[in-house]
Amino acid sequence: MIVGNVVCPFCGCLCDDIVVTVEDNRITAVEKACTSGRSLFLNVHTQTAKPTVDGKEVEWAEAVDVAARILTDAANPLIYGLSSTASEAQRKAIALADLLGATIDSTSSVCHGPTTIGIQVEGEPTCTLGEIKHRADLLVFWGCNPAESHQRHFARYSVLAKGKLTPGGRRDRTMVVVDVRPTLSTRRADVFLQVRPGHDFELLNALRALLKGQDLDVDQVGGVEVARLQDLVERMKSCRFGVIFFGMGVTQTGGKHLNVAELVALVAELNAYTRFTAMPMRGHGNVAGADCTLTWQTGYPFAVNFARGYPQYNPGEFTAVDVLARGETDAALIIASDPVAHFPRRAAQRLAQIPTIVLDPEMSLTAQVARVVLPTAFYGVNAAGTAYRMDNVPLPLKKVVDSSQPTDEQVLDWIIEKVKTCSA
Amino acid sequence: MLGIINGEVYDPQNGINGEIRDIWIKDGKIVSADEVERAEAEIIDATGLVVMPGGVDIHSHIVGAKVNAGRKFRPEDHRDHVRTRTTLTRSGSGYTVPTTYMTGYMYAEMGYTTVMEAATAPLVARHTHEELEDTPILDKGVFITMGNNHFIMDCIRKGEREKARDYVAWLLGASKGYAIKIVNPGGVENWKWGRNVEEVDDEVIGFGVTPRQIVSTLAWINDELKLPHVPHIHAINLGQVGNARTTVEMMEALEGRRAHFCHLQFLSYGGKPGKRLRSGAAEVARAVNEHPNITVDVGQVIFGPATTMTSDGPLQYRLHQLTGDKWLNDDVEGETGGGVVPMQYKRKNPFNAVQWLIGLELFLLIDDPWRVYLTTDHPNAGPFFRYPQVIKLLMDRDYRAEVCEGLHPRAKKGALLPELDREYSLYEIAIITRAGTARALGLKNKGHLGVGADADVTIYAKLDDKEEMFARPHYVLKGGEVVVRDGQLVRELPGRTLYVAPPYDPGIERDLRAHFEECYTISFDNYPVAPEYLPHGEVVPCS
Ligand code: SF4
Ligand SMILES: [Zn+2]
Repeated sequence: MIVGNVVCPFCGCLCDDIVVTVEDNRITAVEKACTSGRSLFLNVHTQTAKPTVDGKEVEWAEAVDVAARILTDAANPLIYGLSSTASEAQRKAIALADLLGATIDSTSSVCHGPTTIGIQVEGEPTCTLGEIKHRADLLVFWGCNPAESHQRHFARYSVLAKGKLTPGGRRDRTMVVVDVRPTLSTRRADVFLQVRPGHDFELLNALRALLKGQDLDVDQVGGVEVARLQDLVERMKSCRFGVIFFGMGVTQTGGKHLNVAELVALVAELNAYTRFTAMPMRGHGNVAGADCTLTWQTGYPFAVNFARGYPQYNPGEFTAVDVLARGETDAALIIASDPVAHFPRRAAQRLAQIPTIVLDPEMSLTAQVARVVLPTAFYGVNAAGTAYRMDNVPLPLKKVVDSSQPTDEQVLDWIIEKVKTCSA
Repeated sequence: MLGIINGEVYDPQNGINGEIRDIWIKDGKIVSADEVERAEAEIIDATGLVVMPGGVDIHSHIVGAKVNAGRKFRPEDHRDHVRTRTTLTRSGSGYTVPTTYMTGYMYAEMGYTTVMEAATAPLVARHTHEELEDTPILDKGVFITMGNNHFIMDCIRKGEREKARDYVAWLLGASKGYAIKIVNPGGVENWKWGRNVEEVDDEVIGFGVTPRQIVSTLAWINDELKLPHVPHIHAINLGQVGNARTTVEMMEALEGRRAHFCHLQFLSYGGKPGKRLRSGAAEVARAVNEHPNITVDVGQVIFGPATTMTSDGPLQYRLHQLTGDKWLNDDVEGETGGGVVPMQYKRKNPFNAVQWLIGLELFLLIDDPWRVYLTTDHPNAGPFFRYPQVIKLLMDRDYRAEVCEGLHPRAKKGALLPELDREYSLYEIAIITRAGTARALGLKNKGHLGVGADADVTIYAKLDDKEEMFARPHYVLKGGEVVVRDGQLVRELPGRTLYVAPPYDPGIERDLRAHFEECYTISFDNYPVAPEYLPHGEVVPCS
């Protein structure tokens, strides 16, 4: 059986043109996906996995029971992850956090959390990816390397895409990359500005000054000659439709959210000359969805705490790394992410010290230190659901092969029911 | 089974004006007295209380991409406005842009049971429906933005309006929408070039069509498809001094076809472009009075914080330049655009004060209450939970004069409002907040208490202070279930999502596949919102 128009749930591109061949409930071929997407589809296993408690296989009812008890007994439970699950499950996770008075945070807090803060300061002039495909003649990639992280971005949405006003594709566009080192992406660029690490803010600030017609009495800023910045400003002012895609090189260095605010301010000001937009390169398949669901249910996109019975937002106070590293968290529910593999040591260690529950189709490093492991179906491969693309366009994830595992949404529902009876 | 007895009933659709009546309810519907076993029915004694159908809001921005973007970038809006979780209800936050659960609860507590989300780009309708499912109690519907849609504009240029009609029918079904929404026709597309439209006959760049053609074609399509609502129009030049002229021209461009003009206050500005704002309410109200094919809602300004959010990209950019506040813009491929900018309306700001006057003047100068409705274009001109204050302003001339006193002197000079003595009656309030809106929306089972209507009922204490009276009804029933009792939310139910699914020539899908290949970044097959997204969906028939 051949299934077309499958959405790849791996990265923020959410390519929705994947063709998957299924034989005997196994995926045997994947077309159109990049290497990351292909390996995702080909490596999802379909054999039944049982939940475990303290390493021992148990029935689902028992595992859910233990998980619910751990969460209700905890004083400061944490729910974390969310970026690789469907929005249906994210909504349930937030409902559970509300019920428990827990802290809830997504992987946004370690990638584009500063983007949110920057946007809360300066705004967000943006658009959907189709506008870039059809209109943009100037593409700036700042602190990101899509050639490796979002492999089909260039072809589907940006550099190579042929659109209405850009029928020549690559020929009709100028590509600028700003980064601290040469990468696969900088090799494709017409203009590469190599910024000294940690100097993105200065560069952005200098661009704003030049845009305002101010003279800079230095020869270079952040390792880049002023003449080249002046050239970039001229390109920006005179293009038809421009965009700055930005990544962790902007959000996780130097001034973090200040970089983003400066970038947004520059883009907003450029709209006095032409149309210009900005877009964060969101990494995980549904990390944008985590922002969306958290926002419509709590008012805030990450770092939310319900201890007072209502949502409070404070990055630094309620972000997962911080509550773990300070030792405040006394039980954790990790959904579809692997913080033990990615968090700073102290935060990761805390997860091994406290009762941790993991909902994940994969046996992650976090699952290996967890008390309760709840192996769930893989959204987009063996369960249907919804994911939000990096430009917040929601797409339907398909079920292409069957699995006997329950979905994150189902398991969260069971836990919610159990917690309600526990606390009643 | 339930009976509401001895209440003072206001049911304008059935001509009932404050008479003492009993209302009987069975299986979620209003029934006649002989259909219930009185002995078994729960009885609500409404002696001395005012009984009306549940409120029906015709235009409010409560869910979807723009609203959520507004929530996300305004934490300062939420911090001091929170709702605590109870054993029955979810927690929430937000003042001008409250979270979904909180929105449902607050509308219900104000006696409203049906609310229309005023604008969604079809590309992101799936998001809107996810949020609607998380908005409890209320029955809801979504207006789908089409005034800058590439496929439609192409059809108009080629003279293929039947094709455009089939597309609109398909699009409404695919996005599970309720009505055609038109926002700044052509202007939002031109904004993608950094431009706008200023006249009804200006050209849309790259399409060679005009705002007039877009509006008249969609009005024709609306009639052809027999949609329950009419095209819902946010006209050109919104917020611009002197726009009253083009607003009237837009009404005339319809050549007698039916349409609804939303938040008319923002479109009734007199004075010369570039000069100071004067009220154009008299001119626009006259045009409304003369065009029986037109209904309107006002978009009354409420002094205090607001969040402007529209699909009108160039307008939002102008507001950003005006206020210097943070700016969110979102152009949507081939369909529309939009933006969000925070706002503060101040009595002492002459521009804001005139805006406030214009809204009330429209209410008082438009003769037929069946054609003018109460909105604040939430949260653009103010939050929905301030409707009770607007009701008081309309019902109480002395209160109006009192608020007028505090306005900027320049705004008061020569203002029409102080001369307008009209006071709305409870009967008229029932029209502009439920009976009229339900009729305009084509919701046959809403906005009245006749046999067969949905048992959405609101019961108020009869107080002199009309703001107090309408802010906290004693009882609210939704589909026959008591959701508010003694002013307290006692029950959370899911609400329904109402949508239309007009028939179309399936041959259109071949054209659409090609159009999607060329114009979108998602495939045709992944575009429609599947019925699973609407577990409480209900098709409203076209006829
Ligand atoms: S670019 Fe991203 S979404 Fe597209 S196929 Fe590769 S991993 Fe999947
Ligand atoms: Zn509106």
